[in-house]
Amino acid sequence: MTMVYDDLGDEAEEFPVRRIKFTINGRKKVAEIEPRLLLADLIRRGAGLTGTHRGCDTTNCGACTVLVDGRAIKSCTMLAVQVDGREITTVEGLASASELHPIQEGFKQEHGLQCGFCTPGMMMAAKGLLDRNPNPTEEDVRWALSGNLCRCTGYQNIVKSVLWAAEKMAPPKLSEREPEASAGGESERESKLAETSAGNTEA
Amino acid sequence: MFPSRFRYEAPHSLDEAIGLLHDGGDYAKVLAGGQSLVPMMKLRFASPEFIVDLNNVPGLAYHRADPDGSLRIGALCRHADLEFSDLLKGTQPTMAAAAPLVADPLVRNRGTLVGSLCHADPQGDWASVMLALGGTVIAQGPGGRRAIPLTEFVTGPFETVLEHDEIAVEAVVPPARGVRSGGYLKLERRVGDFATVGVAVAIETSGSTVIRAGIALTGVGGSTIGATDAAAALTGKPLTADSIAEAAELAASVARPKTDHRGSAEYKRHLVRVFTSRILGGTATTTGATAERAA
Repeated sequence: MTMVYDDLGDEAEEFPVRRIKFTINGRKKVAEIEPRLLLADLIRRGAGLTGTHRGCDTTNCGACTVLVDGRAIKSCTMLAVQVDGREITTVEGLASASELHPIQEGFKQEHGLQCGFCTPGMMMAAKGLLDRNPNPTEEDVRWALSGNLCRCTGYQNIVKSVLWAAEKMAPPKLSEREPEASAGGESERESKLAETSAGNTEA
Repeated sequence: MFPSRFRYEAPHSLDEAIGLLHDGGDYAKVLAGGQSLVPMMKLRFASPEFIVDLNNVPGLAYHRADPDGSLRIGALCRHADLEFSDLLKGTQPTMAAAAPLVADPLVRNRGTLVGSLCHADPQGDWASVMLALGGTVIAQGPGGRRAIPLTEFVTGPFETVLEHDEIAVEAVVPPARGVRSGGYLKLERRVGDFATVGVAVAIETSGSTVIRAGIALTGVGGSTIGATDAAAALTGKPLTADSIAEAAELAASVARPKTDHRGSAEYKRHLVRVFTSRILGGTATTTGATAERAA
């Protein structure tokens, strides 16, 4: 990556460029940056990862949300120099080479996006939630996404998408299955219940 | 948008940080969570020449109860740490109610309680909470540490008594003498907006008698307002409908709201009355606060 700055001449000593090392989506990077560079710019212009969007640029919209050391933060409101030695995950870090991440699949299945501008931020905020709380209620999801703005969807399908992902990622739990779970899930539960009662009878 | 140029250091100890501030002169700023400072620098409302970043200083990201019952919150304890804290849930109802209402979830992952106090925005939630609880700020400078009560800490909008080479290293809530109750209610137009009105109430009771009360108001004046008369009206007797009504009226009378796009002065004063009596009446739960912010 190359960042190009004005040559400050004699003043350059006053505002030294800093060399930082960080990990982004599992890859180790080094960069020489001005301390005033924002993390969103390091990611977009430095690393060329334009999945992280810049929306309001005033800490309101959440389109620039990424994970820093596992916590979802607004990358327009953090100095790039502060990620020295830290680990960043962007939306590009979700999918593997051949498979979408369950959160991405959820947005596809539940129509969680229209124009798609807020989507990377929504997904990263959702990732932050599901890493902390793998079994969220609808209220938990709405609360966790309350720092992200969407102007198209009315949020309903975004919330459904995240709940879909949570369901997909969770190890199957007999007792906590929703009655409205997919027909497959329901019959699976019934057969497991049948197995259990059969086992009881035998014992 | 990007900030104007500045020099940046991220020291690994408090002594080093204080030394840098001492040599850095008047226009150095301490960076903790940066959720107010960075936006202000981007908008060029603030253009510090020198940033001293605390984030590499180890041992500041704590909140813990001391054996004497006081609660200590380190300079790098994030709002989210407090929001998801089991420690707060049982013992600090006012703080537990306020933590999920600060800014939005992403800002809470980064911003800090101590930083919020130092920013001294009249619309900051934590200043009201800490004022109601009788909290103090511990500042460390070249000459050592000093404890500054919240009542003396803020001198005006965005102004505190901190010297240029002092760092607020922790906030302290004193031990409860009785059983703690209380809450925090806030009206905001949407998540992350500044408070239209916020009210913090902290009560300690022994039996049915209130032995200590603190009430403080967010966003209805040039700085956080301590409603000391309202609190005094509650102490030394049980909570009754009459004492609650009196305290709510006294709290509303010290509010100095201004009419703006968030509501009229009259409306805001009315909300102070309603929130105060609602918290004292015990109807304020976290769920109540949620409903309020959605309203």
